[in-house]
This record gives sequence, C-alpha cells and structure tokens, in this order.
Amino acid sequence: MNSQTVDVPQDVLRLENIHKSFGGVVAIEDFSLDLKAGEIVALVGDNGAGKSTLIKIISGVYTPTTGTISFDGDEVNFKDATQARASGIEVVYQDLALADEQAVYMNMFLGREQTRGPLFQLDRKKMIAETEQLVEDLDVRIPSARTTIRNLSGGQRQGVAIARATHWAKKLVLLDEPTAALGVAETAKVEKLVASLKERDLAVLIISHSLDQVFRLSDRICVLRRGQQIGIRETVKTDKNEIVSMITGV
Amino acid sequence: MQKLAQLSQKLNLTQYVVYIGFLLIFVFFAITLGDDGFLTQRNLVNIALQTAPTTIMAIGLVFVLAAGEIDLSFGSIVAVSALASAVVLGEQPLFFGILAGLGVGVAIGFFNGILVAYLRLPSFLVTLATMGLFAGIARTMTDLRSVPVLNSTFTDLFGSGSLFGVPSLVLWTIGAVALGHFVFRETKFGAHVLATGDNPRAAQVSGIKVPRVRMLVMMVCGACAGLAGLLYAGRLQSARYTLGESDLMTVIAAVIIGGTALNGGKGTIIGALVGSLMMGMLNNGLILMGLSVSDQMIVRGLIILIAVAISLRDVNR
Ligand SMILES: Nc1ncnc2c1ncn2[C@@H]1O[C@H](COP(=O)(O)OP(=O)(O)OP(=O)(O)O)[C@@H](O)[C@H]1O
Ligand SMILES: [Mg+2]
Repeated sequence: MNSQTVDVPQDVLRLENIHKSFGGVVAIEDFSLDLKAGEIVALVGDNGAGKSTLIKIISGVYTPTTGTISFDGDEVNFKDATQARASGIEVVYQDLALADEQAVYMNMFLGREQTRGPLFQLDRKKMIAETEQLVEDLDVRIPSARTTIRNLSGGQRQGVAIARATHWAKKLVLLDEPTAALGVAETAKVEKLVASLKERDLAVLIISHSLDQVFRLSDRICVLRRGQQIGIRETVKTDKNEIVSMITGV
Repeated sequence: MQKLAQLSQKLNLTQYVVYIGFLLIFVFFAITLGDDGFLTQRNLVNIALQTAPTTIMAIGLVFVLAAGEIDLSFGSIVAVSALASAVVLGEQPLFFGILAGLGVGVAIGFFNGILVAYLRLPSFLVTLATMGLFAGIARTMTDLRSVPVLNSTFTDLFGSGSLFGVPSLVLWTIGAVALGHFVFRETKFGAHVLATGDNPRAAQVSGIKVPRVRMLVMMVCGACAGLAGLLYAGRLQSARYTLGESDLMTVIAAVIIGGTALNGGKGTIIGALVGSLMMGMLNNGLILMGLSVSDQMIVRGLIILIAVAISLRDVNR
C-alpha cells in the first residue's frame, strides 16, 4: 500500500496475459497479476472459474497456452512441478497431494528425504524429530509423526499439507482452499499461520470461498469468472458487496 | 469368509497373517506328518532350497506391486534367462553365462519398463502380453529341448555348492533378502517406490521422477527373475522352457500374503520371504501327505484364497 518508498520491493511473481485451454475448453483467458514479497493476494471466483488451473500453471503442473511468467525478475518456463519447487514455490493443492499409506514424516519430506552415512540410509530419526518440532510449532494436533496419513482426520491431513508447504517455501506459497475441511478453531490457526508468512517475506496466493476469510487475510483480491479476470481490488478499498457482484456478474 | 475377515479385523491380524499362517501350517504338518519325515533336517533344508528361486522372484515383485504396477511376465523371464545362461555356458566361460542370464532378465525388465513407464500402457496388459511373448521365445530358443549345464563352478555357485556348510541357494536367498530389504526400507529409492504406488500425482509434484521409478521397478523385477533363472539352472543342472512357468500363482500369493498391497503404496520384503517359505512348506507337506497332483492344486488354491482374503481385509477400508 505504501508505494512511496524508494526501495520498491521487486515482484516475486509476474503473470502476463496468461491463457490456458484444454483442448477446446478455455480455462483461463488473459490473466495478469503481480505478486510482491510479503504480500497476500486472494483469488476468488465460483466453482469452475479457473482458480485451481491458475495455481497449477504457476506451480509448473500445467504450461500456459500463451503468456509469460516471470519469477524473481526472470522469465521462467517451468517444465514440471519439480522445477517450480526448486525455485522456492510451495503449494497446498486442493486434493492435498499426500501419500495416504505413508507416515506423516515421510509426507513432510516427500521427495526431500534426508539420508545419513556412507550407504545413504534414510535418516528416519532426524525426519521424525523435525516433523514433530514442526507440527508442534504450527500446533497441528496429530497423534505422532509416525502416524499413517490415512488414519488422520480431514483437518489433520490439511494441517500436514499446510505445514509441509509453509515449511519448505522460500519465495511463494500457493494455497488452494487451505481451510476447506477445517473447524473454526483450526481455521483461525491456519489464518494466523498464513498471516505470519508475511513476516517471512513470502508472497502468498490463496484461493478461498470464504469472503470473511479473504477480507481478514488479504492485501488484494483478484476475481475470476469463467476463466476471465474480472478485476483486482485493494482489500481496504473494497467491500463484500462489490466482490460478490464481481464474482457473480450481477 | 466374511466372519473370518471380521475376526481378523478385530484382532488386527492382517499385518501378522503371514507369520501366523506360517506357524499354523508348520504345526499342522509337524503333527500330522511328523512320522512321514516332514520334520527331518533333510526335508526342512529341502524346503529352503526349493523356495530360493520363488523367494527371489517375490523380492522383485514386492518392488513392482509397491510401486502400483504388476509384472505377470517374470515366469517367462526365468525360462529365457535360464536358457540363455545355459546356452552361453556351453561355449563360454562362467562369467559370460552369468552375464547372459542376468542381462536377459534386466533387458526384458527394461522392455516392460519402457512400455509401462514411458508409453503409460497398463502394466497388467503389457506383462500379460510379454509373458506370452517370452514364453514363446523360450520355446523357440532351443526347439523345446532342455539344455544341460555342465560348468561345475556354475552349478556349485547357483546350485549344489555350499560355504561353511550353508547351501549356496540359502546364501543367495539370505543375500537377496538382505539387499532387497535394505533398498526397499532404507533408501530414498524405496521411499520413492512407495510414494509412487501410493499417490503418483503427489509423488510427481513432490519432485519424484515417477516414470523413472516405474522403469526401475520393472528392471529390478527382471533382474530378480534372471537370478531365479540362474538358480533353477544351477540346481537342476539344466535349463528348460518350463522353468518358472508354474510359479506365477505361488509368487503372487507369497507376496500378497506377506503383506504387500496389490494396489501399491505398501510392501515388505521380509513378509514376502516368509510368504514364500510358507508356500514352499505347503507344497512340500501336501506332497508328503500323498495327495494327488490335482488334489494338491485344489487344497493349495483354497488355502491361498483364505490367506489372501484375510490379508486384503483392512481395518479402515
Ligand atoms: N485437466 C483438465 N482438462 C480439461 N479441463 C479442465 C482441466 N482442468 C480444469 N479444467 C476445466 O477448467 C475449468 C476451471 O477448472 P478449475 O479446477 O481451475 O476451477 P476452480 O476455479 O478451481 O473451481 P473450484 O472452486 O470448484 O475448485 C473447469 O471448467 C474445468 O472443467
Ligand atoms: Mg479448484
């Protein structure tokens, strides 16, 4: 909001004229957005508006049909999610992307397993200890780091996915309906956590269907309707009525 | 069957089913066949020797199933590998014979792997086809003839030899189980296999190279089948197209009863070993009981059915 400062924070993410179609179906039409470090932008829109698709484009799961993505000032062309992840982007996907039969700690370190010794054995002790520390810090109440994901409640699963993403993120966190399965208290906890990402100077893009939540958390709100970018508003300069009418088109 | 499944749920038997089954079958045969030589050291050692190839095939299959794929072709790989090894040993020194057997196994695994991992054809159909394909090739390789293996170093190494009184087949089993268990449980690769079988999309977005994992498990299975082929050729001192042909059901049963999930994400090498020993003991006991071959098949089929029903029942499903 304070654009007077000389040292303007650089855009972490810049999307320019992103377009994505699946076969004949246009999912995203001409989408542009800048995201600064320490900024939280909310992405809202009705079901099927293209929100998840946009997140997957940023995280490298999909490549845009046309348009450019710049990350940290450089144009990027992520071939897959691995590359985006290596650049410091973490995602909480709508389906959480957890391996259900594996323990919590193995999910926390999925694709980043720690090893020890000359034989590169999995360092389970270390991974378990770090996971326990992490879930304690974030107040995710799970029985133990060794619990199998399948035995957790929906909210606990979501907690694990959020803890994983926020722990590893270096630059940008993408959250696709992170509180969809959560109770009141848990939602409050996640919102506190998301707000705290600002202090770590991370950029956050959060999808939510709860306008209350969006207004509590975000600096700016971006509205999508059937793949079209309807507009971006500064949260303090708009209200729910305006956002609702932008979402619904009436 | 329903009652049995419920009982097993209540006691959370599923994870121990293989150990309990092993003990039950052992005790049953020990009592009923004690006088018919079941408990003699000779017979017990014989069971261990006979199960060596199936145990090693089972190790490979654990990797494949845990990764969410299946391999039906390993029996045919056994035959082709054994024949390749026997033919090469007829003209070349030991090293090339071993290389031929293992190399053929790995190569067929690679072939399966390309189709499964990179062309994304369902492994069930791919390996159903390659099972037939390589069974045919095994038949044409030597025009249905069996090939003798006269290289005595080879037959010592993979068959009748021993070290400090421990038969080489037992040593191969121990070595393969130890290595398989280590790789599966203790390495990143093992973790990636489990993640791939559990949730391939989650594995993919977490940076795991899912196609490579799928490729490698098919190759591991091929290598294991190749080694099993060498062990058959060594023990029988000859190779024939029928080797491995009848092991499909035994090995799959051993692995599933051992606690590996048919749909991926879960597996155990030790469980597969015990499952394989259990199947070997069952075969041995049924023969000692004097059952006809057809009766053996019926009883074995029923016992596998019961064991699999218990193993597949999961508390939370
Ligand atoms: N892989 C795909 N192939 C074809 N069409 C797709 C694919 N992914 C998404 N779509 C289409 O793109 C549109 C946007 O989907 P998307 O999942 O991005 O919506 P969303 O805004 O996240 O909705 P929700 O709020 O329900 O999660 C939908 O019409 C959907 O059917
Ligand atoms: Mg969505």
